Amino acid sequence: MANTAADPDSTHGAPDGTRRDFMFLATGAGLAVGAGALAWPFVASMAPDAETIAAGAPLEVDLSPIQEGQIVNVFWRGKLIFVRSRSEKEIKEAAAVPLSDLIDPQPDAARVKDGHAKWLVVYGNCTHLGCVPIGHQGQYEGWSCPCHGSLYDTSGRVRRGPAPANLPIPPYLFESETKIRIGEEGGKAVA
Amino acid sequence: MSGHGNTYVPKSALAKWFESRLPLVGLVHSSFVSFPVPRNLNYFWTFGAILIAMLVSQIVTGVWLAMHYDPSAANAFNSVEHIMRDVNYGWLLRYMHANGASMFFVAVYVHIFRNLYYGSYKAPREVLYILGVIIYLLMMATAFLGYTLPWGQMSFWGATVITSILGAIPVVGDTIQSLLWGGYSVGSPTLNRFFSLHYLLPFMITGVVVLHVWALHVTGQNNPAGIPIKSGKDAVAFTPYATIKDVFAAVVFFAFFAYWIFYQPNYLGHADNYVPANPAVTPAHIVPEWYFLPFYAILRAVPDKLGGVILMFSAVLILALAPWLDTSRVRSCNYRPIYRQFFFLFVVVCILLGWLGAKPPEGGYVIAARLCTAYYFLHFLLVMPLVGLFETPKALPGSILETVTGPGKQVGGSGMPVGAAAAPSSKG
Amino acid sequence: MKTTRVLAASLLAAVMSLSVASADEGTPHPPRETWSFAGIFGRFDQAQLQRGFQVYKEVCSSCHSMNLVRFRNLAEAGGPAFSAGQVKELASQYKVKEQNDAGEDVERPARAADPFPPPFPNEKAAAAANGGKAPPDFSVLAKARTYERGFPLFIVDAMPFVGFSEQGVDYIHALLNGYEEPPAGKEIPSGTYYNKYYAGHLIAMPKPISDGQVTYAKNDKGEPVVPETTEQYSKDVAAFMAWAAEPHMMARKALGLRVILFLLVLAGLLYYVKKKIWAKVGGEVHGLQPELHKTY
Repeated sequence: MANTAADPDSTHGAPDGTRRDFMFLATGAGLAVGAGALAWPFVASMAPDAETIAAGAPLEVDLSPIQEGQIVNVFWRGKLIFVRSRSEKEIKEAAAVPLSDLIDPQPDAARVKDGHAKWLVVYGNCTHLGCVPIGHQGQYEGWSCPCHGSLYDTSGRVRRGPAPANLPIPPYLFESETKIRIGEEGGKAVA
Repeated sequence: MSGHGNTYVPKSALAKWFESRLPLVGLVHSSFVSFPVPRNLNYFWTFGAILIAMLVSQIVTGVWLAMHYDPSAANAFNSVEHIMRDVNYGWLLRYMHANGASMFFVAVYVHIFRNLYYGSYKAPREVLYILGVIIYLLMMATAFLGYTLPWGQMSFWGATVITSILGAIPVVGDTIQSLLWGGYSVGSPTLNRFFSLHYLLPFMITGVVVLHVWALHVTGQNNPAGIPIKSGKDAVAFTPYATIKDVFAAVVFFAFFAYWIFYQPNYLGHADNYVPANPAVTPAHIVPEWYFLPFYAILRAVPDKLGGVILMFSAVLILALAPWLDTSRVRSCNYRPIYRQFFFLFVVVCILLGWLGAKPPEGGYVIAARLCTAYYFLHFLLVMPLVGLFETPKALPGSILETVTGPGKQVGGSGMPVGAAAAPSSKG
Repeated sequence: MKTTRVLAASLLAAVMSLSVASADEGTPHPPRETWSFAGIFGRFDQAQLQRGFQVYKEVCSSCHSMNLVRFRNLAEAGGPAFSAGQVKELASQYKVKEQNDAGEDVERPARAADPFPPPFPNEKAAAAANGGKAPPDFSVLAKARTYERGFPLFIVDAMPFVGFSEQGVDYIHALLNGYEEPPAGKEIPSGTYYNKYYAGHLIAMPKPISDGQVTYAKNDKGEPVVPETTEQYSKDVAAFMAWAAEPHMMARKALGLRVILFLLVLAGLLYYVKKKIWAKVGGEVHGLQPELHKTY
């Protein structure tokens, strides 16, 4: 409707013409605002619903039954997470790698919680295209992705492409020596 | 849509290049911009645009609801409640869709009765009109299928009753019924296919609507005087004149629609549909949605199963014969003093049938329903042909312009600026 | 012409009044109550919803499930407004069955995300324990019950400001107060009870609640805030059920007001624009091809 304001018939300058132009613009703006507001609920309804959000509450994982060397799969918010109990040898190897050798340089200490170097908690999907890498395989004995051959070390860091980045670390904290809580960081549940 | 020339002239090189390959903009321009609209149309003529808006609203809310709905007998009811409770604005989408169906029918009934009053079904608009009847049939099928989806008691028993109606068809009835059910009774396979068809039919409606609008642009619109456009003075351009009027009317209609969504969202539904489907218990009163009630009353007015079914379907199909049953040369009831009274009687009978359809089939209600059913059919079979033959219509106006400016005058007389009519180029 | 209209109108009125006379007798209509959540500006009374929840929890929930309501809903906006901490604490009092990694059924404390655990493991068990018919689930019961108001009230009920959509809660409230001595000579089969407002009067649910059965929280001075009577309990629990059936009602009504006011203002503007545009038309308009319409 806004373009009707530019109709040659409108008498610009005259008080009536100005008022009319204003009303035409206001109407056009009203229609645009109305259409925008109408679209909002449709977009919002596609966001995760209340049930999905509630189901994504922090998840407790008991570490006590996990044997040394074992990798346990857990799901949080529908995403696969590896919880790996590392041996002394694996920890040492991971810490000894020079950062210059890495595709995505990150020290091992930054990938575990202080004082809990035994436990590696990483998302379980290859950073290339999302396949699930197989544990204890490949040259670096971390993970090997069956899809396109990416290799990860025992710190979950990518050592051979095509994957561009290390396996990301989910938010979690140690509740006790044998219990972690995934989805919570610094005492607050993540949004 | 291309029957009245093309006044669109592409300006840019790109527009010219595109227009010479696909004259889409020209088609839209000639159909919705420069298309001549009789200048005497009243607000009843805005319901076509309102119906298109409702069709779009139903399709969009429906597509969005389908993102969250689960069409299995075990989960359907709870998935609708999941939409109502957990999905962001899910309650709004669902109430828009459920009440939107009712508003769609409100608008279509205004549209149909407007058509009947002003004789829009008559030559040369028979095909346009029959396409409308087909749209109406498809709407009824879609609405019925949609009502089964929440899988409440009314959904389940409505599906059972209506599919049983088809079982009345001789010889093939049982086969049709079991093909619809996908089992030995209404169940999960039925719900699944009803969902599939409920999603399909609106797009078929859209297709027929395109034909309906096309046919409209071939014959041009009827108008309250029922006489054709004879000169440019009888008409205005679709845009901006009809457009702005349609948009205004649609916004008023949406305010009405919003009232139901936000303040009476369950009034037009049935409480029993908030009880999950239970094949062991039938609700005390099985009543269809309000827009089906007149036909439901006709169905029940006949004591014979097959007879009732035939009569019910005939009640819709007889609409399609109106162009040939009506013998009058005059279209608009404004100039048909006798038929006009029968028209109002017909409206009252339809309302009464609707009300009787909601009442239990007993005692006085059955007798009243039979009387009303009889009149419903007599109106088409007797009143339409006979009144047309014997009635003396009032004198028709000389032109559409005359009906807005008064007889004898060419222009002016009702606040119409004379100067604009006489010399449109002298301004600006 | 006028005569037909009068005739048609009187025909309509006659047939409709005929039905009013023959409206079904026997079951009285529930008395109409005042509810804080009724009408265009209706809002739930949080204290009432909390009391209603208490009645549900302490009395009704021993037989009636509420499968669609989650503990977390109790803390959501527009509801009883318990705190997140209260909800967590409340949920942990309930046990929920789940399978452990070895595939065994184990019990864990309920979380805020869990639905209310039902009193019976399934519908068949509920039916078997209750004389063959499972007690109805409470989740949407307030919307699933109604009664016919008949002509012409059903038209009034749809209208703004005088509208009425609380038939379900009125019925629930009435039913809980409807237990009385059967009329002399009325035979009451075993397993049924006489209720004034129940269709057919013979209800399988014994009188569920009586005065003083639930102890409500007192105010700061130690005085009761509301009476501890069946009348009050039934109003509170009915209000709670209205919320459970329509948890977004307050958001809906608040949004509706804004939407409708916006549309009315927009309609006003459009009307003005329409008038101005139409004022410009004389008899002849650009872009017309009227000669093509001369054929009829």
